[in-house]
Amino acid sequence: MGRMGFSPKHACLTDEKDPNRQKITNLTSCLLVSCQLNLHCEVRPPFSSKFPLPFFPSLPIGTKATKMSTAFSAANFSTQSFPLNHTSTTSHDSPLVFAKPTSQFLRSTRKLRLSSSSKLNLNRRSGTVVAVSDVVKQKKSKSTPTLLITKEEGLELYEDMVLGRAFEDMCAQMYYRGKMFGFVHLYNGQEAVSTGFIKLLKQQDSVVSTYRDHVHALSKGVPARAVMSELFGKTTGCCRGQGGSMHMFSREHNLLGGFAFIGEGIPVATGAAFTSKYKREVLKEADCDHVTLAFFGDGTCNNGQFFECLNMAALWKLPIVFVVENNLWAIGMSHLRSTSDPQIYKKGPAFGMPGIHVDGMDVLKVREVAKEAIGRARRGEGPTLVECETYRFRGHSLADPDELRDPAEKAHYAARDPITALKKYLTENNLASDAELKAIDKKIDEVVEDAVEFADESPVPPRSQLLENVFADPKGFGIGPDGRYRCEDPKFTEGTAHV
Amino acid sequence: MAAIFQGVGAAATLSSSPSNSFVPKKFLTSPRRSFSVRKVPSYVVVRSDGSVNFDLNSKSRRAQQLVANAVATKADSSAASSSSNPGHELLLFEALREGLEEEMERDPRVCVMGEDVGHYGGSYKVTKDLAKKFGDLRVLDTPIAENSFTGMGIGAAMTGLRPVVEGMNMGFLLLAFNQISNNCGMLHYTSGGQFTIPIVIRGPGGVGRQLGAEHSQRLESYFQSIPGIQMVACSTPYNAKGLMKAAIRSENPVILFEHVLLYNLKERIPDEDYICNLEEAEMVRPGEHVTILTYSRMRYHVMQAAKTLVNKGYDPEVIDIRSLKPFDLYTIGNSVKKTHRVLIVEECMRTGGIGASLTAAITENFNDYLDAPIMCLSSQDVPTPYAGTLEEWTVVQPAQIVTAVEQLCR
Repeated sequence: MGRMGFSPKHACLTDEKDPNRQKITNLTSCLLVSCQLNLHCEVRPPFSSKFPLPFFPSLPIGTKATKMSTAFSAANFSTQSFPLNHTSTTSHDSPLVFAKPTSQFLRSTRKLRLSSSSKLNLNRRSGTVVAVSDVVKQKKSKSTPTLLITKEEGLELYEDMVLGRAFEDMCAQMYYRGKMFGFVHLYNGQEAVSTGFIKLLKQQDSVVSTYRDHVHALSKGVPARAVMSELFGKTTGCCRGQGGSMHMFSREHNLLGGFAFIGEGIPVATGAAFTSKYKREVLKEADCDHVTLAFFGDGTCNNGQFFECLNMAALWKLPIVFVVENNLWAIGMSHLRSTSDPQIYKKGPAFGMPGIHVDGMDVLKVREVAKEAIGRARRGEGPTLVECETYRFRGHSLADPDELRDPAEKAHYAARDPITALKKYLTENNLASDAELKAIDKKIDEVVEDAVEFADESPVPPRSQLLENVFADPKGFGIGPDGRYRCEDPKFTEGTAHV
Repeated sequence: MAAIFQGVGAAATLSSSPSNSFVPKKFLTSPRRSFSVRKVPSYVVVRSDGSVNFDLNSKSRRAQQLVANAVATKADSSAASSSSNPGHELLLFEALREGLEEEMERDPRVCVMGEDVGHYGGSYKVTKDLAKKFGDLRVLDTPIAENSFTGMGIGAAMTGLRPVVEGMNMGFLLLAFNQISNNCGMLHYTSGGQFTIPIVIRGPGGVGRQLGAEHSQRLESYFQSIPGIQMVACSTPYNAKGLMKAAIRSENPVILFEHVLLYNLKERIPDEDYICNLEEAEMVRPGEHVTILTYSRMRYHVMQAAKTLVNKGYDPEVIDIRSLKPFDLYTIGNSVKKTHRVLIVEECMRTGGIGASLTAAITENFNDYLDAPIMCLSSQDVPTPYAGTLEEWTVVQPAQIVTAVEQLCR
């Protein structure tokens, strides 16, 4: 540990028996990685011969057991090179040099940093210690119970995850009944990531997703009715039936899509983060601290757009969090077979941002990491790359026979079902009773059934809708032979005009 | 009729002419155009239906003066100004910059993104000094990542800004095709109208002077099928500034095609604020015998050929279509109805180019009015060679245009 600025053990865990301290271990390790911008964490997770990448063994969520910290514990750290400081000579580390503020832009960035939380002082080397011990002190002084969430938060998280699960199960049913068509990609098993992150956002914060976007939409606040109608292709859908499963948008809830091609949404998310920065610095809306989350999968992390956007986001310190939902499979391509270095979180420091790896089947851990990452972005400290190890219980889409994945692997992750885990946590810690949780289950069932009914009864889009939204300004269809704009043609509004 | 052409043929192209006073009184008013109006042309653009009462004499002479060469390098005492409105003279790239600067002053949400647009001032100086004036965030120097920064522009447009994305060369936007096609064109529709994308994507394209194949691409044909976008091509300082401003103000995504060889064209443009309608074509030279449809740099090859044709006794009507998507079928149709013969001259490739679409559109709508099959002169379907002689033979030259018109009018 000599080379490190500090050791997590030293920072907070001198007393292994104190449950409060122990619990901080995971948080610490995450914070450790997160606060150090130039950190290159060489932790090697335990590789089992059976499964590809079980970074974490199956353990109850929020667990305080020492095993959970294996991946990040001090013991592991000590065996790895751990360059924390600027003068490291490893190739991974490029010293973070502050460019001389030769322009307004760079100057303004600097100002932001100076005005950011005083806890994180500008001396990067020691920043972490301050943050961690501050957190520790905070936690101690609050003298709250040693739990990560309150009852209200717990129930909110539970309800959101159950909504996601029940909704997706209903989607499958409806698909096989012929109510929806095309490509439908279900999110079963990954709910912890969506809930863990999105429930920390404000309405003005933006979310950009992929084709696996139903649950992101639901977590962001888009009503289940609107999503289900969209899937049925009805005009009451959130996109008037024009988008479909893979293109969920909501202006009201700042859900910027829904993209069918992987990697396509990441630049859009970068743009939304750019707008947030622009609003604050150019338009002088000083309190604009909107954050953008970009969700994408392991396959996307081999795509050029991913790397280009990591570079730009870090370069301009955009308020964005890149969330990798690493479910180990891109349709039938295993992450290990397609990636030279499968540890995606390591790619963050290469661009000058923290890279964190977290157990994506544990909503509480995800939430803790998310708090830090989103907080960083809000304070103007720049982007973070968070890799969530998660798993989809179903196939890639409803058309995928899902024959390639090892049943043992599926069973391994099924045992770590995030909903079951949270339920256990809530009941064991007396945050909620079985009855309360069952009531939530029932309520969600009703919501989903109501959504299906609503979608069923909604009308299909009429022909007149065909040409309406092609252009924001329909003069874009041009001038017809008769000298009038085509959009003035009555047939245009009927949808029968020839354009 | 003879008198007109006599005057044209004899006059030196750059002689000062009395045409300074030719502009009828009604066009002395502000050239500002409103969107819905096709009845109030500026004094530079003359609609075919409005031109009948014009002083054709000086108008055609003025048109000849405006285009001495395919690429104007000398100062042109443009007659487009009137005594009460002197205007100011500038080069095309300065006109673009002026338009951009005015829009950035007018609306703080307008920003520029591209490679070397900030400190370098733009590879063709269109954004020169804008970064000093507006700051590094509003005139953003991006890394070399076209796909991603175009996507970033789209994301910014969705969330309230009005970005102008510059492709250093239009050909580089091939790398951004994913974002332009999937997101730029489609997101307004797939979101059910919730998000507008008021982005402008601009850059120089076209065949230059021995720039090689990859820097001489014409992307208008590749982009034209994308639903949801508009494409315009500028050709004079006047319409460059006007189209730039209109594109920025438009709520639709607009791709503005500039041409590498036209950046140094000089013209006198009005001092007042004006825009050019994005969907309209421009009447360059009214005529009776044949309609020549063209855009961008080929406009100058056509005008050069027109000089020869006029000497030979032909009266071509030259229309700069300007709006590549959608086509202004009204102006084009009126012209076709008048002349019954159409020649399309473009720099695009032959296969699947703008000319091909235009031919189809005209045939569909105005077949009855045609006396002869539409002729389309396009570049050869050849990667633009480096050698100057070969390069010359890939694009349409004025001599070919003259031959084509003679053939058409036989």
